[in-house]
Amino acid sequence: MGNFLQNVVNQIDPYVMQILVNIGIGIILALGLNVITGLAGQLSLGHAAFMSIGAFTGAILTIKLGMPFGVNLLCSGFMAALFSVLIGFPTLRLSGDYLAIATLGFAEILKVVFLNLDITNRALGLSVPPPYSSIPLPVYVLISVVLAVTALALMQESRFGRALKAIREDEIAAEAMGVNATRYKIQAFAIGSFYAGVGGCLYAHFIAYINPSDFGFLKSIDILNMVVLGGLGSIPGVILGASLLTTAPEFLGFMKQYRMLVYGIILIILMLFRPNGLLGGVSFKEMVLKIFRKRTQPSRA
Amino acid sequence: MLWQQLINGLALGSTYALIALGYTMVYGIIQLINFAHGEIFMAGAFFAFLMVMVLKVNIFIALILAMAFCMLLGIFIEFVAYRRLRNSSRLSALISAIGVSIFLSTLALLVFGADAKGFPDGIFPNGQLQLGSVSISFLQILIFVVSGFLMLTLQFIVHRTKIGKAMRATSQDYNTAALMGVNVNMVISFTFALGSMLAAAGGVLVGVYFNAVSFNMGLLVGLKAFAAAVLGGIGSIPGAMLGGILLGVTEVFTVTVGFSSYRDAIAFAVLVLVLLFRPSGLLGQKIQKKV
Amino acid sequence: MTVLELDKVSIRFGGLVAVSQVSFNIHAGEILALIGPNGAGKTTIFNLIMGLYKLTDGKILFKNINISSRKPHQIAALGIGRTFQTIHLFNQLTVFDNVLIGAHTQGGRNMTGALLKWLPAIAKEEKDLHELAFRCLQMVGLEKKRDALAKNLPYGEQRRLEIARALALKPSLLLLDEPAAGMNPQETKELMELIHVIRNSGITILLVEHDMKFVMKISDRIVVLDYGAKIAEGVPEEIRTSPLVIQAYLGKVGAR
Repeated sequence: MGNFLQNVVNQIDPYVMQILVNIGIGIILALGLNVITGLAGQLSLGHAAFMSIGAFTGAILTIKLGMPFGVNLLCSGFMAALFSVLIGFPTLRLSGDYLAIATLGFAEILKVVFLNLDITNRALGLSVPPPYSSIPLPVYVLISVVLAVTALALMQESRFGRALKAIREDEIAAEAMGVNATRYKIQAFAIGSFYAGVGGCLYAHFIAYINPSDFGFLKSIDILNMVVLGGLGSIPGVILGASLLTTAPEFLGFMKQYRMLVYGIILIILMLFRPNGLLGGVSFKEMVLKIFRKRTQPSRA
Repeated sequence: MLWQQLINGLALGSTYALIALGYTMVYGIIQLINFAHGEIFMAGAFFAFLMVMVLKVNIFIALILAMAFCMLLGIFIEFVAYRRLRNSSRLSALISAIGVSIFLSTLALLVFGADAKGFPDGIFPNGQLQLGSVSISFLQILIFVVSGFLMLTLQFIVHRTKIGKAMRATSQDYNTAALMGVNVNMVISFTFALGSMLAAAGGVLVGVYFNAVSFNMGLLVGLKAFAAAVLGGIGSIPGAMLGGILLGVTEVFTVTVGFSSYRDAIAFAVLVLVLLFRPSGLLGQKIQKKV
Repeated sequence: MTVLELDKVSIRFGGLVAVSQVSFNIHAGEILALIGPNGAGKTTIFNLIMGLYKLTDGKILFKNINISSRKPHQIAALGIGRTFQTIHLFNQLTVFDNVLIGAHTQGGRNMTGALLKWLPAIAKEEKDLHELAFRCLQMVGLEKKRDALAKNLPYGEQRRLEIARALALKPSLLLLDEPAAGMNPQETKELMELIHVIRNSGITILLVEHDMKFVMKISDRIVVLDYGAKIAEGVPEEIRTSPLVIQAYLGKVGAR
């Protein structure tokens, strides 16, 4: 099985494969932020920090314990979720935008801590050995993306997802309907951070080298941009946003220097003129149904 | 030693207070964490640096010019990036503010490069005042005088002038203020102008004090000043002053007792503790949800 | 049977006493109106009952449970539904989703439940919630608009949607905060019929309203507040003729 999959992966051009894997990781990270920001309406500016928790947890588990990669992915995700609950508990009780600042602060502190810990190899960063698994990494990325999308699509249409949307729309009214806003916000934050942890673990093993400074504020903004560009709360939108922003630097190499400048402008312009992003309001379910209908219509006619 | 550190802490804290005031005033009026505020502080420092280097003006003129420049910058930012979003969700305005912040810091990076810039030697007399074992540098005196003067002026504007009254009315209830004939747009622009001026002054003072002006100075100091505003009670002007000074003193003492690698963590720890135990801050009023 | 009991309830905001020593009971199946001039403390009492404000003094019992220190979502879960004076709908969501969220407390499935949606028990729960929500929409006559966004409904329908959403909570007590505000006579008449239907289905109703004709017609009993204190309580006829009330409230209306 592992050999067969390896062969399949080898068929694909390495450069294309690299881009595809990056897109996949981007989608997982952005979907996570989408749970927090798109569904529950809370802003996390430290998504990269939770990604880094996953990345370092994953790397250390592979290096020290040689942990099987599938288990490792889950552990990395849970570690990130655990930290998010610790941050979310004091901040999410309050209405308002405290989470944004608290997560930003947390991310900066975490970076300093990682730069000073022996186990993260301080400022030198960690070289990450290949994952312990016979299945190639790109397959893990693909499976993770599929699971992440499916889970989120189910979540959106469930009682849980509706409660999150209610909190986003009107927290006071949501509470009056019996929704425990604090608990749901913390859960949303934990799920989103779990996604970030899984994405971070995949990233660490794919890039094979991680450094605390890779997960700064700008990385968080990168992910935020993916979500906002495609459309807050829309799964197809997030996938589009992650794909566009991951591939854009490949095509626009000359723009590298100006990338953040452009990102800043994109955020402002989108908020001013299209706050729901490029695909705002488009739901995954409806899109699948539409494609399905298109396919079936000709046969009916 | 203790007194010396207290003086150092007060000097640092005064600059935090100047910046925290901008956060608190804007939040008080439109409930927005003005994410770009740290960048306005950075822009003020760079503008003064440019004035000193290019036009060779003295530091006081540069300070005043920087304040004027940032005043316009603040008004412009509010007009372009926030005004249209006043009735949208708060998330939209916050994201737009982050966009402004990224834009400005990246612009500074592209124009001035990644290295920190220093003011030329002798921009400000180097002497110090000796009071027993405590020495206060002329620069620290400048910080105390300038920030003290600005805070008193602000208190005067807010409590003794017509526009100040309009500001207080708008922060109480935006819609009612508008109904009562307050020109809300003007009041908001004025609030941004005031806050940005103070941030610019803070930027110039910090730039001269640490002799470093860099594109990313806004992020960390902005975060600290915001923590100071929350500590004092967001929306409260005396709170921002108190919070800034307390934070500055705490930070200096943390370094003194030997935790220097964690000096930047202090602000965050303070923020979390305040949010846990007293979300309304030291001088803030408990906010009732309006239904 | 007493559904809700307010016992010497007081709240101060800073130095201002907004509600002072107010006591009254609501009996099962009745329609009780809370009236009084502007600023008398009517909405404040609603917010106290719902746990949005903490009382300074006294206690509130709901079915003999002390709810004075509970959180809004806990109180809602006990079976108190409410509508708001200014409309608080989930604007970007559909009419149907709004009501489904109202039915939140009627389900028990959570985070993990969301992922296991295909399991029969969970699928059934979701189906039950949908049916409940649909019945509530039917009750207020909005079932045809189920897929519209809440923000796109006309004003009168938004008010009815708020009622449907509160009904989905299966409340034993329903609080209506100025339900007739801004409605035309026809809409007001329909609203009155709706309130009677709701009461006949076994739900007790507490309402705040300014429209005196509406209040006199619909209420079984009336409690009158002035400056945060209760000044009268009784059936509409008693209230209409109470000199204290006329002085404090009706007198002012008459003077207009």
